[in-house]
Amino acid sequence: MVPILTLVTQRIALGLVLLLAVSVLIFAGTELLPGDVAQAILGQGATPEALANMRTRMGLDEPAITRYFAWLGAALQGDLGVALSNGRDIAASIGQRLGNTLFLAAVTAAISVPLAIFLGLLAVRYRDRWPDKLISGLTLTSISLPEFLLGYVLMYVFAVKLGWFPSVSNINSGMSFWQKLNAVALPSLVLTLVVLAHMMRMTRAAILNVMQSAYIETAELKGLRRLTLIARHAMPNALAPIVNVVMLNLAYLVVGVVVIEVVFVYPGMGQYLVDHVAKRDVPVVQACGLIFAAIYIGLNLLADLISILSNPRLRHPK
Amino acid sequence: MKGVPLSALFGLIVTGLFFGMAALAPWIAPYGMSEIVGDVWEPASGQFWLGTDNIGRDLLTRMIYGGRNTIFVASMATALSFCLGAFLGFTAAVYGGWVDQLLARGNDLVMSIPTLISALVVLSVMPVTLPVLIVVMGLLDSTRVFRLSRAVAVDINVMDFVEAARLRGEGQSWVIFREILPNALSPLVAELGLRFIFAILFISTLSFLGLGIQPPAADWGAIVKENREGIVYGIPAALVPAVAIVTLSIAVNLVADWALTRTTSLKGGRGA
Repeated sequence: MVPILTLVTQRIALGLVLLLAVSVLIFAGTELLPGDVAQAILGQGATPEALANMRTRMGLDEPAITRYFAWLGAALQGDLGVALSNGRDIAASIGQRLGNTLFLAAVTAAISVPLAIFLGLLAVRYRDRWPDKLISGLTLTSISLPEFLLGYVLMYVFAVKLGWFPSVSNINSGMSFWQKLNAVALPSLVLTLVVLAHMMRMTRAAILNVMQSAYIETAELKGLRRLTLIARHAMPNALAPIVNVVMLNLAYLVVGVVVIEVVFVYPGMGQYLVDHVAKRDVPVVQACGLIFAAIYIGLNLLADLISILSNPRLRHPK
Repeated sequence: MKGVPLSALFGLIVTGLFFGMAALAPWIAPYGMSEIVGDVWEPASGQFWLGTDNIGRDLLTRMIYGGRNTIFVASMATALSFCLGAFLGFTAAVYGGWVDQLLARGNDLVMSIPTLISALVVLSVMPVTLPVLIVVMGLLDSTRVFRLSRAVAVDINVMDFVEAARLRGEGQSWVIFREILPNALSPLVAELGLRFIFAILFISTLSFLGLGIQPPAADWGAIVKENREGIVYGIPAALVPAVAIVTLSIAVNLVADWALTRTTSLKGGRGA
């Protein structure tokens, strides 16, 4: 068999095993911890009878393993159960919200990835001179603030003081694409700033690493312009680590989204999750946790696959 | 304190001030923690240096007590994550074999779920109290410390002096605590600063989401949560914690940078 095919299959199989293990972990985390779900819902003053009724209703008197497989089996068929707090079908509630969250993440990715790579190139071109230092300084400042505070700072400046964008990102299906884009402008700007620093620094480091090679010296000696040299000769060879770090940051976006959605009251998955953690609605938390973890693992898997595939030695074996 | 660069000295002083403020909060705060002393969202004045918050409490007092809670929880969580992470990391490196495999794969598994998501899942069933918060944050963060300390310890474990200790007949716990720990301390101390900042950001985020330190106790994240409505009316009370968090994290980073360059220069590497 072609070695690259073996590698890819192995990596995908590993990803699936990991996902299964994570589902066990999420289930165990909510079911086996000392906290009692029924008690948590009904409060400290609940009578023993009410507690017993609640446990029976939730199926908590069955053994954990039976419940795990029932839960996993249903989840694989798209049935995520009903929310304890309002009795609604979880899959239906998540559908629209997942779309909104992915829209926000996609807009952010579309802005931040090209920007990070361009800034990385620029920083290498003017290495150790003022553009490099300015870019590093600004990006470092933006990561020493938690996302939600960065969100409020930008909201204060751009939405309240300057009035450029709405301070609350309301979004619904009746809005046109441009209206939606205007609504998510501020949240995606915040998320861009959050992931930009890491991506840009890794791009810079990856390209600088390649710049040491002998073929770069050759290209330099044959008189190529510096930016052409970086873009044509250094960049393609630095692609694997760059793609990798881009993917990892997109995976990080999945988490950043949770907090930012709460800040801008954006109707997405993150806000849904946080609301239901506060209500101690375990089925919703399990479902959202599983989806977030699956997206995170999926993007990590994709990053690994791309770096395997982008290696010419693996693509064309001798 | 000779030979400490100016930036690190500045970092040390500012970090010290923050910790001092946290320790002495009841004595230096101008008002009581949940005492209502003025109107809602009064601007900064001689009486209230930072103005008042959403129900008329003195914002400076809230910031001082909030810093106390935030710094306390973050410090305890960091301490827990270091003790546990470093111990397990060294154990994995020293024992090797299936112990190493078990710990490292288990660690990979926990790390494959984003930290915030894990924390939210656990906090949905556990009561949100200070000990629970500290343990949850400490355990989740110990995965990062485990990775670093295992990597460092694997390198040290093959050194001649460890070999010599083994031939002398020392037990595994001697090797872990007397041979590996002293030599792994410098990179771990540098990491400590970064982990502490991460813990500050993490507890602030949880409190902001309403799942961290519970009211009426103050916390930097909770101050943002309480005053967020003011932003829309142009009242910047909710942004005050931003200044505190940025200052503290820059100060700690300066100290951590210095610790890191000291480490590399000790080993005869780059840096003076």
